[in-house]
Amino acid sequence: MSTAEKYVTAAYCAVFAIVLVYVLIIALKLQRLEREVDELAGRAATREEEPEESREAAVVG
Amino acid sequence: MSPDRAQLTPVARRTRIPLSALAAASLGLVVLALVLVFYVAPNDANQGFSQRIFYFHVSIAITAYACFGLGAWKAFLHLWKRDPRADLESYVAIHQGVIFGSLVLITGSIWAKISWGHWWLWSEDQLVLFLVLFLFYAAYFMLRFSVDPGPQRENLSAVYALFGVVLIPVSFMAIRLAKQAIHPVVFTRHGPQFGGWILVTYCVAQIAMLVLAYTLYRVELAGKRIDVRLRELREVLA
Repeated sequence: MSTAEKYVTAAYCAVFAIVLVYVLIIALKLQRLEREVDELAGRAATREEEPEESREAAVVG
Repeated sequence: MSPDRAQLTPVARRTRIPLSALAAASLGLVVLALVLVFYVAPNDANQGFSQRIFYFHVSIAITAYACFGLGAWKAFLHLWKRDPRADLESYVAIHQGVIFGSLVLITGSIWAKISWGHWWLWSEDQLVLFLVLFLFYAAYFMLRFSVDPGPQRENLSAVYALFGVVLIPVSFMAIRLAKQAIHPVVFTRHGPQFGGWILVTYCVAQIAMLVLAYTLYRVELAGKRIDVRLRELREVLA
């Protein structure tokens, strides 16, 4: 492999490595969002199961 | 406003092209561009094999300009029409621009090393002005995250993004205005200075980079919007 070929390969590899790292970061972020959605869904389900009398009375209007 | 009455950000507008189709198109176009770059396009008479960096280097540079331009346009929409989605869209477009900008600097440095024997030349206006443009938009994030979320942050970010857009034509025109430059000029007022398979390969690479950038923009934007809505939901459920 000539020097020019090595440099061209390095340039293209650098492009793909950076795009790959970016996609990886986005994927990790989506995983975090998924965990947060699960946590919120769990919290909403607990709220629904909560008995009526244990809830605080609120003034309406 | 009580949390129960809090208004949640409306669901993002339905866009015409599905994300999966965009991702498939990006992959297909990038693979096609690579095949053309390495198997079809001929060697350049002056630079030989090393000229093949050109196809992605220039496409990525134009894409970075397009991202910064889109960021500025969205910033303008935020200031003009107070579009609630525009601030986030501007931020994501500039983020994409900075990522593509870093790729321009890396591929450009590698190409410079082969062609000129140096990784960087401070005497070259085109290089220095692109670096200034890149650093200007990199500083956008420092400004944005130094202000608390809210209208002040959105307005400051929008004004800053609009100021930066002035640097795009300056950076693009620098090489054309410079009297002595070693950076090659491939687009003149008479059109592109190449033809045949080189032009076809460049066009495919350019479309591939634009579609890839748009796909990544949509993915990141979708993630950011979900993040905002989750934060609002957490406040409602608290």
